[in-house]
Parts: sequence; C-alpha cells; structure tokens
Amino acid sequence: MTDLTPHGSEPAKLGYSPVADVPHVLRVSDTDPAAAKRAERQIASMFLLSMILVVVFIVAFCTIDKDTNVYIPVFGEVGFLTIVLGLTSGLSILLIGTGAIQWAKKLMPDVEVVQMRHEMTSPDDATAEAAANYERGKDESGFARYTIIRRTLIGAMALFPIPVIFLLRDLWSSPVSGTLTPDEILSHTIWKKGERIVVDATYLPVRPQDLPIGGLVSAVPESLKEVQEAEGNLNARGKAAIILVRMDPKDIVAQQGDGWDYQGIVAYSKICTHVGCPIALYEQRTHHLLCPCHQSTFDLANAGAVVFGPAARNMPQLPIGVDSEGYLIAMDDFNQPIGPSFWERG
Amino acid sequence: MKFLAARRRNPLVALGLLLFALVAVGGGYAAIANIQPAQASASSQTQVEEGKRLYLAGCSSCHGMAAQGTGNGPTLLGVGAAAVDFQVSTGRMPLAAPGAQAVSKTPTYNETQIAALAAYVASLAPGPAIPTAEDTSFGNADVAQGGVLFRTNCAQCHQAAGQGGALTQGKWAPNLMQATPKQMIEAMLTGPQSMPVFSDGTLPLKDKQAIISYINNLQNASSPGGLDLGRLGPVTEGLFLWTAVFAALIAAAVWIGIKAR
Repeated sequence: MTDLTPHGSEPAKLGYSPVADVPHVLRVSDTDPAAAKRAERQIASMFLLSMILVVVFIVAFCTIDKDTNVYIPVFGEVGFLTIVLGLTSGLSILLIGTGAIQWAKKLMPDVEVVQMRHEMTSPDDATAEAAANYERGKDESGFARYTIIRRTLIGAMALFPIPVIFLLRDLWSSPVSGTLTPDEILSHTIWKKGERIVVDATYLPVRPQDLPIGGLVSAVPESLKEVQEAEGNLNARGKAAIILVRMDPKDIVAQQGDGWDYQGIVAYSKICTHVGCPIALYEQRTHHLLCPCHQSTFDLANAGAVVFGPAARNMPQLPIGVDSEGYLIAMDDFNQPIGPSFWERG
Repeated sequence: MKFLAARRRNPLVALGLLLFALVAVGGGYAAIANIQPAQASASSQTQVEEGKRLYLAGCSSCHGMAAQGTGNGPTLLGVGAAAVDFQVSTGRMPLAAPGAQAVSKTPTYNETQIAALAAYVASLAPGPAIPTAEDTSFGNADVAQGGVLFRTNCAQCHQAAGQGGALTQGKWAPNLMQATPKQMIEAMLTGPQSMPVFSDGTLPLKDKQAIISYINNLQNASSPGGLDLGRLGPVTEGLFLWTAVFAALIAAAVWIGIKAR
C-alpha cells in the first residue's frame, strides 16, 4: 500500500492526500525546480562544511599548542585548543544532522501515506491448537493428579531464595568471631582518653592559648596518620574529624556533659547527623554550624542542638582537656555514634 | 511579518538559537559574577591624634566615644590595627546601612586616613597588627599545600575555588577573586563578621602564605578546559544544561516538526 512517488516525476500525484480532511500544501521545492536545485546545493554545502570542519579539527589538534590561551570577551582566558576542538567537532556533527533533516524536509517525497494493518489476533485454529497443547501437557505430566509432588515442588521453590538473605547478611557482618559488628564499628572512633587533638592537614598539636575567642580549627586525633596509613582508607578520618571552636565561656548555654569544654573551647564532631556531610561552616557570632548539603544548622553554644534543617540528632560533643604539657587532648571517645542514624541505633 | 516568518524557517536559525542561548546564559552569569574593592598601609603619635579625630567624627556614634561599643556596634578594644585596616580598606566600614552583613564597597577613607584610624584603635588596646610586606610575600610558599589547607579550613564557606557561598539568614562568605594578600591575612587573623579566627598558633604564617599563594594561583588562572562557567562545579553546569541546552534541543525539535515551505 506504500506509495512512494519519486520526487520530480508525476506532479499530478503530488498534492494528493488520502486523508480527505488534511489540506495538502505543496512545497516551493515541489513546484519550482530552481528552488529544488537551491535546496540540493544548500544541503550538499552543509555536508561539505562538515567535512571541512573535520579537517580543521585535525589541523588544530596537530598545530595548536595546548597551553595557548585566547581571550574571549565576557568569558575571559580560555584554552584555545579546547575551544577550537569543541566548536569544530560539535558543528561538524550538527551540520550532518541539519543537512539530513533539511534533505528530508525539502527534497524527499512529501505525501501522506496510509499503510493498512493486518489483524493483530492469531487465527482461531492456532489459538485452539495452543489450548489443546496446554490441556494435553497438564494431563500427561500429572501435575493435577500427583498432589504431593505438586505441593513439595511449590514448597521447594518458595524456600530456595532464603539463602540469599543469609548471603546479604554477610555483607555487613563478618562471620569470623572476635571481629567487630557493624553496630560496634559505627559506634566508636579512634578518639580515646589522652589522645592529642591536632590540626587537620598539618598535624600541629593545639594549645588552648593558640585558639582565640572566635577561633576555629578543623582537627583530627594525633594517631590518625598511622591508623590511616595502616588501614589504607579514610574510614577512621571520616569518623574522627572534629571541629574545635572557642567562645566566651559565658556564651555556652548547655553542653552534652558537665565540664566537657576547656575554658570555652568546645569540640564537636565534624560529621553532620543527617547524612554525614563534613561541616565546618561555623559562624563565630551566632555559634551556628551550618551544613552545606541540606542546611541543617546546629547551635554549638547549646549542646549542638539542631536549630534548623532535616538533622534529627544533636551534633555529638567530644569531652576535652589538656595534658601535662599543656596540649589539648580528648578525655574520652564520643559517647554516641557520630554521623547519620543507622538501623541498629533505633 | 512574512519576511520574518521566512527567516524563521531558515536552517541557520537553530544554530543561531543555540549560540544565542549559550551566550545569554554564560554572559548573563559572568555579568553578575564580577563585583569587589581596594587596599591601604603604617604609625606615629600625630597619626594616632589624626586617627582619634577621624574616629570621633566617623565611628564613635556606633562604636562609642572610647571604642567601648554600643548597642549599635561592637567594642573595638583589642581588635587591633589589622581589623580596622581590613574593615575600612574593603569599604565594609563605615556601614552604609544595617543588614545581614556589611557589604564591601569603595573605601570611604584614603590610605593615610585608614592608617591613622588603625593606629588610633591599636593604641587603645593590643591586637593583631597590620601584616608587613614580608608577611604578605608568598613567593616561596607551597601552592599545593595551600590548596590542601584551603580545602580543609576555608572551602566550606568560600567554596573550593574561592568563589564564595551562602551562609545562614542572608549572610554570605565573599568571593575571594579580588582579595589582596594583606586583606586575606587580616581576615584570617581577626575573623571579620561571621568568619572564625585562624590564629597563628593553629595556622602559622607559613600556612597562611601557602593559602594566599593558592588563592593567587586561582585569581590568575586561565581556563584551559574551556569556559569555566563561574567555577561553581556541577551547579552551573547542570543549570546550563537544563536551560540553554534544553532550550536549544526544544528549538531543534520544533524546527524538525515544521513543514518546509
């Protein structure tokens, strides 16, 4: 039923619409051979330009130094090579696409066509044969007759997936005795009594007099360096990171434990209790700590209470003091798991 | 408008629309992303006198006749010359209008006047001094270490590429692309507004210089990988995709659907 009249021949066929309600308007290129010729040249030049751009791409790749910059107004200094490669390859594929579409729109046959479809259902005899086959299979296998076999088969099929659940359990709990359970792993950090508090990245120990009021330090335990090297991952860091801030002791409304500060210096976990982003957006005038991920805000002057946002738990506080040499130390590990809640925590 | 209608059907229109969308989004962003201020300099007895005169005329209404602070402004006792130099040379003080935070603008005082004000405030109580030229020289600093320190201590508010970012209640951390080495050291030492203090005890001068060298590197960086879209990371890239690129795709789809004349 397909009627694909070649373009240019049989103009009487053109403009024929099998759908009576749709008025068919002829294109300029259908009626004017000069316009058709123009369209042909236009499309061919798009493809030609695409080829030229590919050549420019190759030449640019071979000749432009990758460190050359070019100044583009508004955008500033950008790498010349990147810009040229991007423009040439992008435009060359775009020109192939626009040329193809232009070809289809202007030169390929522009006639509405109706294609008749055959019946979608199977012939009656085929349907009957399939039904008969099914009935015969049921009889011959005895699925309906051997009740005990049928029931045990259903039982076996139902039980078979259960080991998968045990395999999944293995993902989070080692069967080896003596190893930590996930709950224990999540509940403890490497902070312990007497562990020195050092500046993150430089591992400088901190003395109280180094930290003025309004001061902030992103800190880690002194032993982190070795632990991190021994474990070969950042798990210990991800749990032990803290921030130290100093405020006027008069500003401290509440803490999570009596005397957990040291002369107005308080230490809180750096890991948000919502989904665990590291936070150090501390505003020294409001004592608010803002998480950039979901805007949970904690009040460090008031026991790390949540004052805004989706976090559900206070920011855990680390009790601190000083050692005999006058450096800040942790007085204990956190008394609660740091970071986001998990299933076993309830 | 037959003439215009004819132009619209031109195949180059899709290309033009794409380019227009690219330029409009990128250019629009760049146009609003460039704004910030200048700098100043040193002290003696006449300077302190001059500073006192300027202070009483321009600052005392909020900070008090003896810089003890009032309901409208904090005390300046112990803030040091560094804080005065930072606040006044960036135009944040004197405050133009109350708001979430002081906005940097063209400085009201010239360098001599700023030095006098700083000398006067420093004479009232000891505080951080204005960094010397030696303090602010970062020629031998380790840029890579500066990057590590910046990302550890500063990037949470100022963004990894120093582009600044939002804080709570309308406050914000400023863009650092126009900040001078002196202003950066002063800000770290004195903790202006919401910013915490990064003292020399926990962040030694050598580390501060490393951070400055990292920022200087960013300030002078070109974009070898193409347009940087404000160096805001996936946010602008995503925004660009959802606006300019999708608009171009829709325009292309419309063009494909229009019957040729």
